[in-house]
Amino acid sequence: MRLLDIQNLHVNFDVYGGTLKVLNGVNLYMEEGEKVGLVGETGCGKTTTAKSILRILPMPPAKIGGGEIFFEAEDILKMGLRKLRALHSHGISMIFQDPTASLNPVFTIGYQLMDTIRYSSVEEALSRREIKRRAVSALQDVALPDPERIIENFPIQLSGGMKQRICIAMALASRSRLLIADEPTTSLDVTIQAQVLKLLGQLVREKDTSTIFITHSLGVVREWTERVYVMYAGGMVETAKTAELFRSPIHPYTQGLMKAVPKLTGEGIALGISGRIPDYRNPPPGCRFHPRCPHVMDICRKEQPPYFNAGDTHQVACFLYRE
Amino acid sequence: MGDTRTGFARRWDKIKRSWYKFSKNPLSIIGATLLLIIVLIAIFAPFVAPYPEHAGSFVDFPEASKPPSWKHLCGTDVFGRDILSRIFFGFRFSLAMGIVVISLTAPLGVTLGLTAGYSKGTWVDTLIMRITDIFVAVPPLVLALAVCSILKPSVFNAMMAISLLWWPWYCRLVYGIASSIKNEFYVQAAEVTGSSKLHILFREIFPNCYGPIFTKLSLDMGWVILIGSALSFVGLGAQPPTPDLGTMVADGGKYMPDQWWIAVFPAFAIMFIVLGFNLLGDGIRDMLEVEEV
Amino acid sequence: MADEILKIQNLKKYFHTRRGIVKAADGVSFTVSERETLGLVGESGSGKSTVAYTIMGIYAPTEGNISFKGEDISQSAERRSKRYKKEIQIVFQDPGSSLNPRRSVKQIIEQPLKVHRLTRKEDINDRIEKLLDMVGLPHDYMYKYPQAIGGGERQIVAIARALATDPSFIVLDEPTSALDVSVQAKIINLLIDLQREYNLTYLFITHDLSLMRNMASRVAIMYLGKICEVASTVKFFQEPLHPYTRMLLSSIPVVSEEEENLKPKKIDSTGEIPSPVNVPPGCSFHLRCPERMDTCMSNDPEMVEWEPGHFVRCHLWKKE
Repeated sequence: MRLLDIQNLHVNFDVYGGTLKVLNGVNLYMEEGEKVGLVGETGCGKTTTAKSILRILPMPPAKIGGGEIFFEAEDILKMGLRKLRALHSHGISMIFQDPTASLNPVFTIGYQLMDTIRYSSVEEALSRREIKRRAVSALQDVALPDPERIIENFPIQLSGGMKQRICIAMALASRSRLLIADEPTTSLDVTIQAQVLKLLGQLVREKDTSTIFITHSLGVVREWTERVYVMYAGGMVETAKTAELFRSPIHPYTQGLMKAVPKLTGEGIALGISGRIPDYRNPPPGCRFHPRCPHVMDICRKEQPPYFNAGDTHQVACFLYRE
Repeated sequence: MGDTRTGFARRWDKIKRSWYKFSKNPLSIIGATLLLIIVLIAIFAPFVAPYPEHAGSFVDFPEASKPPSWKHLCGTDVFGRDILSRIFFGFRFSLAMGIVVISLTAPLGVTLGLTAGYSKGTWVDTLIMRITDIFVAVPPLVLALAVCSILKPSVFNAMMAISLLWWPWYCRLVYGIASSIKNEFYVQAAEVTGSSKLHILFREIFPNCYGPIFTKLSLDMGWVILIGSALSFVGLGAQPPTPDLGTMVADGGKYMPDQWWIAVFPAFAIMFIVLGFNLLGDGIRDMLEVEEV
Repeated sequence: MADEILKIQNLKKYFHTRRGIVKAADGVSFTVSERETLGLVGESGSGKSTVAYTIMGIYAPTEGNISFKGEDISQSAERRSKRYKKEIQIVFQDPGSSLNPRRSVKQIIEQPLKVHRLTRKEDINDRIEKLLDMVGLPHDYMYKYPQAIGGGERQIVAIARALATDPSFIVLDEPTSALDVSVQAKIINLLIDLQREYNLTYLFITHDLSLMRNMASRVAIMYLGKICEVASTVKFFQEPLHPYTRMLLSSIPVVSEEEENLKPKKIDSTGEIPSPVNVPPGCSFHLRCPERMDTCMSNDPEMVEWEPGHFVRCHLWKKE
């Protein structure tokens, strides 16, 4: 049984002048224990997907247009409130991009961390001492020096890297089975990012937590994940094992992205991908990438490509690979 | 692909968008409609009031203190004057008071607030804000009462008294916004390029304060009217026979609860003006929000 | 040999705060030649933005001097003559707040033109259209507001604004850090084209070393307010000397094996970046340095020219 299975998810937003058809048939799955990457640029729908999994999208203006999200074989979209709350407390947890915004500035770290622990283990009815012990242990897990003192600190007294580690500690303290990390290191300095990534890798291995790592940085995805989905304009365009994807990216969008990344070899920077991301009010028919695609064919303008196989676990949504 | 729309088409589109934002909340429309009705009544009072002559000195004792009927929808007061007509004329004074006070105090308060906020940390800031603090410390009604008891009680003096105490709130409101905006990159970009201080204050910073200022403006109209009514209520504002809503409530209070209509209808009228402005204020705030796409 | 256009000598900028003195920039010296791109690299607290803002005149230097085309401009922008405000321009980091959300693109771009009275009123629209052409934006963008256009395009508008006064020197403070990689590519290529066509000199600030590799002709790396190493780009990446440079280079996530092999051996970074309020004694990097020696804890190293054009400030590299 797959841990997570998103099938054909459609999500729309109602705005001035129409409906934004943001997610257009998202397909994504995860087995237990995997480290899966979700890479895509701003506006492609990665965060919308993540928030849909947790059902924390603002429901107006967002609307689910169809599809299912199966978590351990149950459809999250159809869950009742109580099950949903149980899901949030120890099924799935999430780390957000900006650690400063994720922590409440007027409460101490200890207060927030212990709150999380308490809510996630409501059935166990832990004593205060036990909660505190778990909080300290969680902070030690993320290699924060002097956890006892940090528990008394306020977020403003800590650096970005430390705050993000605390958010990671909070997410993992609830012992969830699935962790969604939405751009967890984007706002951190390079050397701190390296530390945090290494730490996160160790922790998810130790605690056997499956992880979805969302980012727009191809380099980070390559270092950290085992399998990758490339997302564009509300749909997955390519997916493969990480090593395979970087060795031979085949979707024109993925190729464009790879070329646009500045390389240490100093070979100059490619011109980027012409055009802009589509207007979700009037998305292009057929393949949403076709207006920007250097290999566009007639069929691309009319039909949306399904996944085609291009090797073991390598799938691409592009008519170039239809055989 | 060029924008072939004319300037007019662009402006019209902006208006349509603003209306969309405003009308998202039906209450805003209710408030706007209510106010529109009141304003029209105030402007055309001599034509829509059933008994326009009752607005001034008028006596008709046989008709005095009659309860609401088809002839006098809100009844008559002790002089026989039609209360509905007096309410219609009363709207004029209330709205005038609000407009005069706001037009005197808002520009002054906003300008001082912008200047102080932008000069935060210098002596200019300290000077302006300490003066503001002094004024803020005095309760408006108390000072208004004091001023009106020293000078001759009149609507004009009441408005002056309120104005004296109203401007600091605009100053403070704008000060907060200006002092945080002045560190934004776009302000620094304007400074670095050599823009004049006047430009920075009024063209870069001020437009980003529209939302809170206009919301406050519309809420303030309600407050000013209430305070003016309170002054009239204690006899320090409009003098009889001026058909001011506050005075009418004050006079009518003596006849409660038997001739309840003499006080109650003017009180409702005050309530409707204030309600209208409050709801409108919400709508304006929605309308002025910067949209994120 | 191209002329020097900007020279910074021993620049210091200290801020006095309640928590102590923040030595944001502490003795920074470098020169920039005409038409080159000097890259300034560093992480948070390195002082790179402080240096940029001091050059622009947003801050007045605490000590040291800045000279532009031979003239001293070591004052805040208010005190400087208007001429320099035309010649030296800046593109800020965050496209979200570098454009006033309440002003249209036309109003934003025409502001510098109006301040310096560079065009007659009748010709302003023409000039703006030419500027939009230069940066590759359609004319109808004039009437749009920043929220209606994407982050990349906002930065392009910011670049157009910087170009409006026909400058010779542009400071680019992390212009693409907040942008996606494909949008970044477009903007970087635009910047490179503009530099070639209009003989511009760039001071390019970023923390993205891969970008720097492709953009800069020389690179200076800063840590806690001081420069650690300056070298030509090729030397910087092929023979990095300073341990911090090596640590930084080894931490960059790259997308190919080829690039992995170019990186120095992986140095695990440890510890937090200290805040510039608490600069460690001796060499400011010693707490995190894998090559720390005794002298590093108490003596601050001097900048030394290890080979022509390659400067490093580290006890490991001392000429006897």
